[in-house]
Amino acid sequence: MHETKDDAAISSPWGGGESPFAINSKKFGMWLFLVSDTLTFAALILAYSYLRLANPDWPRPFEFSPAIINTTIMTVILLGSSLTMVMAVSAAHGHDRAKAVRYLLLTAGGGVLFDILHIREWFHLFSEGYGFGKSPEGVPLFGSAFFGITGMHMAHVTIGIVYIAIIAVGYGRDKFTADDVEVSGLYWHFVDLVWMFVFPMIYLMSIKL
Amino acid sequence: MNTHENLSESHAAGSPRLFFMIWIWLVVITAIEVFLGYETQHFSPTFMLTLLVILSVVKAILIVSYFMHLKYEKPSLALLLIPSTVFCLCMILIFFFPDSLRLLQFRSH
Repeated sequence: MHETKDDAAISSPWGGGESPFAINSKKFGMWLFLVSDTLTFAALILAYSYLRLANPDWPRPFEFSPAIINTTIMTVILLGSSLTMVMAVSAAHGHDRAKAVRYLLLTAGGGVLFDILHIREWFHLFSEGYGFGKSPEGVPLFGSAFFGITGMHMAHVTIGIVYIAIIAVGYGRDKFTADDVEVSGLYWHFVDLVWMFVFPMIYLMSIKL
Repeated sequence: MNTHENLSESHAAGSPRLFFMIWIWLVVITAIEVFLGYETQHFSPTFMLTLLVILSVVKAILIVSYFMHLKYEKPSLALLLIPSTVFCLCMILIFFFPDSLRLLQFRSH
């Protein structure tokens, strides 16, 4: 009788017998990391907005062609890689290992393409005299804020490419489970989500305030 | 064991067709945003910024609930993550709005 009472206590969500969220700890850990990363990016984007409002002669070097066309293509590529990531997760949970690995590699490929286009965009700005802490208009904060945010995002994309490639190889060799694929998917979708704010706030708001 | 079986079952939620539809919606909203970015004659910058933020939040909700699967998790997870994040963001914004609006008024147009 004593034992059954203990069992009942342990198996309740508050007794630690089962997860109150019904997810594994890796996934929960990733969610907590993503919340903290959300606040990092929120702080960066708000700092950018603040500096922009504080400077009436804020540089706006994003013409429709080539900058906006380029970044729109980058957005669609990143969204597409999110779609292939979702397909990879659903294939992994359907126990179709080969298909999941194929989709994971496609996702990493989308990330590489995004990085290449983004670096091309950066070099275009470098050639116009922009850089970290410098801009031809004499508002060096623009360079710091712009390259700070997009560099931070690009670092996340690059880490994501490496992460997904490792998961793809490991999952193909049966070293990781479908849950690991799903956790890497959470990270990748978050990188996509951040870009959904960086793109309109920095590139599309290229008007005089 | 039991929870594990439940987990795998919940993962079945969301078909490739649904994900594809969500993706189409995300691309359509992106196209609307790019279009809005060049509607400077009709809309004031503030109105445009508000629209862009609302559309971005809609995209974020679509990504989080379908791609990141939060809609199909136990509600307790969303109840833990979303309000705490929104609260922290509001705390940042409390300091952002008064300062930035004052900066706008200081400008000599």
